[in-house]
Amino acid sequence: MILELAQVQIHGRSGGGSCVQNDGFCPDWITSNLDRYVDPFLQQVFLVVVSVAVGFLIAGALALLAHRRRWLVGPIIGVTGVLYTIPSLAAFFLLQPITGRGKLTATIALVGYTLLIIFRNVTTGLRGVPEEAKDAGRGLGFTDNQLLWRVEVPLALPEIMAGLRIASTTTVGLATLAFFAGAGGLGERFVGSQIVFKSNVVVAGGLCVLLAIALDLVILGAQRVLTPWTRARSA
Amino acid sequence: MQTTLAFLGQFGGAIDFIFHQRESYAGGVQIGGSEMLDLAWQQIKLSAVALGIAIAVAVPIGLWLGHVRRFSFFAISVSNIGRAVPTLALLAFFAAYLGLGFTNVAFALTLLAIPPILTNTYVGVYQVDRDTVDAARGMGMRGIDVVRRVELPLALPTIAGGVRTSAVNVIATATIAPLAGATSLGFPILNAQIYGPEGQIGAAMVVAVLAVAADVLLGLFQRAVTPRGVKLEAGDRQGRPLAGFRKRGVQTA
Repeated sequence: MILELAQVQIHGRSGGGSCVQNDGFCPDWITSNLDRYVDPFLQQVFLVVVSVAVGFLIAGALALLAHRRRWLVGPIIGVTGVLYTIPSLAAFFLLQPITGRGKLTATIALVGYTLLIIFRNVTTGLRGVPEEAKDAGRGLGFTDNQLLWRVEVPLALPEIMAGLRIASTTTVGLATLAFFAGAGGLGERFVGSQIVFKSNVVVAGGLCVLLAIALDLVILGAQRVLTPWTRARSA
Repeated sequence: MQTTLAFLGQFGGAIDFIFHQRESYAGGVQIGGSEMLDLAWQQIKLSAVALGIAIAVAVPIGLWLGHVRRFSFFAISVSNIGRAVPTLALLAFFAAYLGLGFTNVAFALTLLAIPPILTNTYVGVYQVDRDTVDAARGMGMRGIDVVRRVELPLALPTIAGGVRTSAVNVIATATIAPLAGATSLGFPILNAQIYGPEGQIGAAMVVAVLAVAADVLLGLFQRAVTPRGVKLEAGDRQGRPLAGFRKRGVQTA
C-alpha cells in the first residue's frame, strides 16, 4: 500500500492526478471533465427517443390491426418475440452487412427490441376494456372506428403507457451498447482502460440511470395529463 | 463451401468462419472453427454459473415473501430498478470496484439475473388462489408444506418464466464479458483487428442462436412444469393460450 502510494506520488502531476492515476473516484476530475459526457449523452437521448417513438408507431399499428383480426396476434408475437430475444449486441453486427455502421443500424435493432413490449401492452390494454363501456359507446351510435378511438384506446391508455415506460427504460440500457454499431452514446465512455476508472463508471453509469428515470417520469406525466379520469377515481 | 455460400455475401463468410479454422489477420494464431465452440462453451459456463446462483438466491426469497404476502413493494420494484441499470454500466461498476476476471463478471451477471426471478417467484406465489391455500391448511398442512406442495407447484410456470427472462438476459450480457476480463463469444466481436468482419458477424450469429435456443428450451420447460389443471383453466379463459408469452417477464439486456 505504501509502495503504491509512493509510486503514484512520482507519477502524479497534481493533487487530482494521483487520484486519476489510481483509477479512483475523484470529484475534482469529474467537475472539470463533465463536458466529455455531453455529446455521448445527447446521442443516447436521441437514440432512445427515436427508437421508442418508431417502435410505438409500428407496434401500435400492428396491435390495432390485430385487434380486429385476432388470428394475427400469434404470428406477430412469434416474430417480435424472436427480435426481442436476439441480443442487441448481436443484432448490431448482424445488421452491418445490410445497413452498414451508424445510427440507422442501431435504431433498427433498438426498434426491433421495443416491438414485443409495446405490442403486448397495447393488445392487453385493448382487450381489457370493459364490455359495458363498449356497449355504451355503441348505444351512442359510434361506428367501429369511433368506438376504437373514443372508447377503447383512451381506456387502454394506462396499459399502453406502462408498455412505453418499460420500453424506454430498457432501451436506455440497450442504447449504451449502440456505439458497437457506430452510433455513439454513453457506452463508448465505458470501453478500454476506462472500464476500471471509478470516476468514469460513476458518472457514465449515473447518467444512464438518470436518463432512464427522467424518461419514465416524462411518460408517467404524459399519462396523468392524458387520463384525467384515473386521477379523479383515486382521489 | 466458399462458393456455395458466396451468394450470402458477408453472411456466407461469417458462416464459413464458424465452421472452418483459419489463421488470424495478425497472423500466428488459429481462429474460427473449433475455437468458436470453445468460446461458446465459455459463454455457456459463465451464464450457467450466474443463473444457477441467481436461482438459488432468488427463488427461496421470492417464495418466502410471496408466502407471507408482505414487502410486495420491494419484490416488484427490484425488477424495475434492475431494468433501469444498463448491463454495460453494471459490468463496468463491478470491474472498477471489484476488479476484472471470471468471478467478478459472474457476480455481476448474477445480480442481473436475480430481479426477474425474484419478482416472478413472488408474483407466482402471491397469485395462488387463497381458497386453494385455505383448503391445504384445512387438510392440516403446516406453513412449509403449503409452500412445498401447493404454492411452489402452482407458481412454477411463472418462476420458469422469470428464469427464462434472466437466462436470455444473462447470455446477452455475457457477450460483453471480455470488456471485464472474462472470455466469451464477445471476444471475436470486440477484437476486429484479429478476427475481421466475418469473425465479428460469425460470433454474433452464434450468440443469437444461443439466446434463441435458451429461450425456446426454457419455454418448453415452462410448459412442461405447468400443472395440467392450470393449463386447462388458462385454455378456458383465453380461448387460445399465447404460447407461454403471457407469463414472460421483460428482459433487461
